[in-house]
Amino acid sequence: MVARSLADLVAAGQPVAAHRPWPRAVVPETVWTEAAQQLRDGHLTLLGLWGEPKTVHMAVLDEGTWRGAVLTLRCPDGRFPSVGRLHPPAIRLERAIGDLFGMMADGSPDMRPWLDHGSWGVAQPLDRRAPVPLRPGTEYRFLAVEGRGLHQIPVGPVHAGIIEPGHFRFTANGEAVARLEERLGYVHKGIESLMAGAALERGSQLAQRTSGDSVVAYGIAFARAVEAALGAAPPPRALWLRALMAELERIANHCGDVGAICNDAAFAVMHAQCGILRERTLRAAAAAFGHRLMRDRVVPGGVAGDLAAGGREAIVALLDEIRRRLPGLIALYDNTTSLQDRTVGTGVVKPALVRQWAPGGHVGRASGRSFDARRDLAYAPYDRLSFEVPVRHEGDVNARVWIRIREIEQSVSLIEQILATMPPGEVLRALPAGGGEGVGWAEAFRGDVLVWLRLDPAGRIARCHLRDASWFQWPLLEAAIEGNIVADFPLCNKSFNCSYSGHDL
Amino acid sequence: MRKILFQSLLKGPVTETGPAADDAEVAALAQRVDASARRRLGRSLAIREVDAGSCNGCELEIHALNNPFYDLERFGFKFVASPRHADVLMVTGPVTHNMREALERTYAATPDPKWVVAVGDCACDGGLFAGSYACAGPVEKVVPVDLRIRGCPPDPVALLKGLLALLEAQSGPARSRG
Repeated sequence: MVARSLADLVAAGQPVAAHRPWPRAVVPETVWTEAAQQLRDGHLTLLGLWGEPKTVHMAVLDEGTWRGAVLTLRCPDGRFPSVGRLHPPAIRLERAIGDLFGMMADGSPDMRPWLDHGSWGVAQPLDRRAPVPLRPGTEYRFLAVEGRGLHQIPVGPVHAGIIEPGHFRFTANGEAVARLEERLGYVHKGIESLMAGAALERGSQLAQRTSGDSVVAYGIAFARAVEAALGAAPPPRALWLRALMAELERIANHCGDVGAICNDAAFAVMHAQCGILRERTLRAAAAAFGHRLMRDRVVPGGVAGDLAAGGREAIVALLDEIRRRLPGLIALYDNTTSLQDRTVGTGVVKPALVRQWAPGGHVGRASGRSFDARRDLAYAPYDRLSFEVPVRHEGDVNARVWIRIREIEQSVSLIEQILATMPPGEVLRALPAGGGEGVGWAEAFRGDVLVWLRLDPAGRIARCHLRDASWFQWPLLEAAIEGNIVADFPLCNKSFNCSYSGHDL
Repeated sequence: MRKILFQSLLKGPVTETGPAADDAEVAALAQRVDASARRRLGRSLAIREVDAGSCNGCELEIHALNNPFYDLERFGFKFVASPRHADVLMVTGPVTHNMREALERTYAATPDPKWVVAVGDCACDGGLFAGSYACAGPVEKVVPVDLRIRGCPPDPVALLKGLLALLEAQSGPARSRG
């Protein structure tokens, strides 16, 4: 049977008015399951899966037409047909829905809690918020690993470095990792609960504190969702300034990560040199926008302020320095065999897994997935700018390093184009009153961020869901480390650099 | 690599020629810590960083302390991998309930005398996340706090100032909290 088009799936349900820019439809169970089958068969790509009381939503993308849609299923009895049963990337999202809303994914192969560690004192905090006794130290059932000579290495949540908390349970045979199982949720802050009822300004601030390394990307995705919901168009100059900030953020993160990956192979020179470029980028950002991480500069309706005096010059000087220093660092990375010995062939993510999981960012692009929301789900001003999306096929740590290097170069070129073509004019426009539903996205340095929200008629946030790129990358890290030695885990982990906070919410 | 190392030799470290190193504030801070750190801590203070629910913004700026511009180790501070080696816990985040036990156990594993520094607005008062069902609240609700460094996130100079203030604030030997 030929798969029905996404438009047909949407048409098979009840359309929801005032949902932009993609359609949303309330579909019957049969269509929900049909969509899950299409995810399994690779006809559709899963963008997100989230809950509301007695309701689940699924955002899917047709990569043939680059059109998306949100499918909604009512589940008054608190159960819905599991998508994860057919399409494993949905499993953790369904476990999170179970924790936050108490809704069960029927037939899911994994019903364990995910974000709920038994320490909140409430159950289903986004729905009934029923008080429950604390379950401190509740035993979490890790997957069984059986075989001769296996031993376990528990790591975290407090790690050795200055990084976020999470637990990694390694089962190793000698040095080789037989299985890694992640346990996350340690930095769950209840962001989506705080969003409910919040004014737009506070919502934007919360979004920009979802993952501190992707402040601008979250700001853009949130603002675009609000603007879509209200049918508002920010002034053109604001869009150019947003992109300028987004590319600075990308350069800063990639520089930091390339250095940190090399540092995990004990190659400190690259770490120091990349650290210089990262610091210069943050200083240019501070000079141009008044904050090193550019927090709260993107706001719904535009940006909070124009380039500061001297900001353009600071950015031009930064680009000049990157152009001068980067080629030498690339050569240093490429010509140091002891470093290459650690990165080449390490932590391979197979292209078949990437096709199934559709991870964004360098994780996908290093394993053959040519996807970039700036190009494929183009939003202004990227539709007017010229850039390439680097793709490699080896899927190892080395490939992820190269993707990041190439993206730094592309971002430098993008910033030059932005500075040359940025239109004059106002940077912030008042938003129209009223409510609505919107979906927004932005390409963060680690992949696409998706924000879905509903505004009530008073313009306050009724429900907001934020989906970090990490959701579809974390599970692949478990696959990447398999068969590698334990000592290479930091390299693999840093080459992914998934967000804990962005995932845990 | 030889070329880069050779250039570094000729040009000298960015720590001295870069804007941060030229900054009078950093230079003054460096001098101050010399005297007091030597007296109280033998010029050495080991720091264990604990993310107790941060968005990771504070971690980025704490990381920056180690870059060549700020070069934290020249002041005698050093980040260590285990709380058992630490004099100071730098704690970030609005202390999520899911991290509370880990923070308590990290604190218990840190030998006396020890200090706790709450880094960032979330660690100081819960920040934007105050009141969430998932957060225990500021760090001081879970472990005793000696110093607060505010900011969202505090930039590296603010962090440095705070760490140095810790030395200044301790007129006597560090408190022991068994």
